[in-house]
Amino acid sequence: MNEQELREIVKRTLHRIAPEVDLDSIDGKTDLREEIDLDSMDLLNFFVALHEQLKVDIAETDYSRLTTLDGCVQYLREKTGAV
Amino acid sequence: MMTITETGTDTKQFWLQERAALTGLPRGKGLNIAFEAVDRHVARRGEHIALRFRRKDRTSLDLTYSDLHRATNRFANALKRLGIGPSDVVATVLGRTPALFITAMGSLKNRSVFCPLFSAFGPEPIRERLRLGKARVVVTTEALYRKKIAPIIADLPDLRRVIYADGDFDGLLAAESDDFTIPPTSPEDPALLHFTSGTTGKPKGALHVHEAVVAHHATARLALDLRAEDRFWCTADPGWVTGTSYGIIAPLTHGVTTIVDEGEFDADRWYRLLQEEKVTVWYTAPTAVRMLMKAGREIVRNYDLSHLRFIASVGEPLNPQAVIWSNQVYGIPIHDNWWQTETGGIMIANIRGMEVRPGSMGRPLPGVEAAIVRHSDDRVEIISDPNVEGEIALRKGWPSMFRAYLGEEERYRKCFAGDWYLTGDLAKRDAGGYYWFVGRMDDVIKTSGHLIGPFEVESALLDHPAVAESAVIGKPDPVAGEIIKAFVALKPGFAASPELHDELLGFARKKLGAVVAPKEIAFLDALPKTGSEKIMRRLLKARELGLPEGDISTVKAS
Repeated sequence: MNEQELREIVKRTLHRIAPEVDLDSIDGKTDLREEIDLDSMDLLNFFVALHEQLKVDIAETDYSRLTTLDGCVQYLREKTGAV
Repeated sequence: MMTITETGTDTKQFWLQERAALTGLPRGKGLNIAFEAVDRHVARRGEHIALRFRRKDRTSLDLTYSDLHRATNRFANALKRLGIGPSDVVATVLGRTPALFITAMGSLKNRSVFCPLFSAFGPEPIRERLRLGKARVVVTTEALYRKKIAPIIADLPDLRRVIYADGDFDGLLAAESDDFTIPPTSPEDPALLHFTSGTTGKPKGALHVHEAVVAHHATARLALDLRAEDRFWCTADPGWVTGTSYGIIAPLTHGVTTIVDEGEFDADRWYRLLQEEKVTVWYTAPTAVRMLMKAGREIVRNYDLSHLRFIASVGEPLNPQAVIWSNQVYGIPIHDNWWQTETGGIMIANIRGMEVRPGSMGRPLPGVEAAIVRHSDDRVEIISDPNVEGEIALRKGWPSMFRAYLGEEERYRKCFAGDWYLTGDLAKRDAGGYYWFVGRMDDVIKTSGHLIGPFEVESALLDHPAVAESAVIGKPDPVAGEIIKAFVALKPGFAASPELHDELLGFARKKLGAVVAPKEIAFLDALPKTGSEKIMRRLLKARELGLPEGDISTVKAS
């Protein structure tokens, strides 16, 4: 899986939680909680959904690395060994 | 049936003593929350840090009691100059930033009514509350304004001024004098407006008066063990009553240093805050505790939490496991307590020096007369046998009792039977006098400690052209307590589809904000109703839980 594919998976997962957001227009570096209005349960559901799709274990202590789109992709690249 | 007697003299005496422990406005000019919280500390401990804001970028900002005194005087002067007077409502739609605290205290000094709204609300809940409160001023940020207020501004005829915390706020303050004398304030003057939710109808604006500060101060000492040298952290947002009563007012009245976290939940960051700020007293919520439990015990070892002396929790019943976990991991128990927006302050609590019974909300505080009752019309029957389920009732007379639901006398009156305030919460009392929460009598939803009215969510969904009917329930969730689940029936010509599901979800999120919008939406051909066409949320909930549906004889075939 390459970075582009990972990014698409992340966006698709976010879309299911916040379908009203145009994910192509958001800044990859801003906090998703503010940028697309995710509350703590949304964020938790997002991590669980990523875990289920990618079979990646996301430690609770890593959550802070996954609060931006770019951060998510970077983290998942490391975990999945994607290029 | 027991006869109702006069409020106990002990109780009256207790509140008189607590009132005497406060300062009161100089020269006997009454009682004002802001004077007790800010001004009276200036001479003795003006340089003590009142508020330490931990910003998202990891910097921090301190405000001493003297700083707060001057800034709130300036804000009060600014309000006066804007023609905002006593009883006028000043609302905030703000994160946990200095402007929020300055607005709160400055408004109270001006004898205006402070009304904090949760900044995560979408435009719809904000419109409803600003309208019902007839807010004259709203303090917000430019970004929040654009997103949440601009779309509804035409519906707010009472609003006279929008102040941007990141815009003209500083300029307004800079133009004013540091001096302000709080006008004479009656303890019964309105001070705080907190919106809360019922099963039906609009949000209810619970109005509290300046005398509430007597209860804020006393209960923080009793139930949170707060003392002047404490470093206190209340994790609640002031948009909810806990974040105002115990996140702003009570700690300031004790002259403590309050830590304010401008960021959102994150286990590592929270532990770092507890360590770096040497927090001694910590008031949080069950959802947060459950998230910390998920993060595990391992990470706790990375931090020095040895300053922590007392932990309390509120918002929904705390699981017994959480109390036990806290004992094991933090070395001290979490003290659960119970109260409501309407009670203004903590009423029932596990307190220091008392055995904590895990899973129980504790015992009534001194000054609080509670009972388990059954009632019909205006008759109240007190259940004195232990372990019998009934409604929690509180005898009128504590200072922070709400004095009105704004503009809804009838709704207010219905909350009382004789001398008792009926809370709508079901509980049992054991032989030791400990109360155990059972459930709500109505259909309001407790999600992540936030009280959400199903009607507000249902109404938003009904605004969508495809939706004919909607019903909203709280679906049990291991972390949030409950999550909001909506059932909808579509109008003829519309068919259920994943696309429509997403559209409805996005529609609700845009109107309501993430915290109020449903997390799940299910399509049904028709919603179950009673003969009188009332949608039966309870039946939907029973079905959702796979429970027996109980007496459904009044359900109309659908």
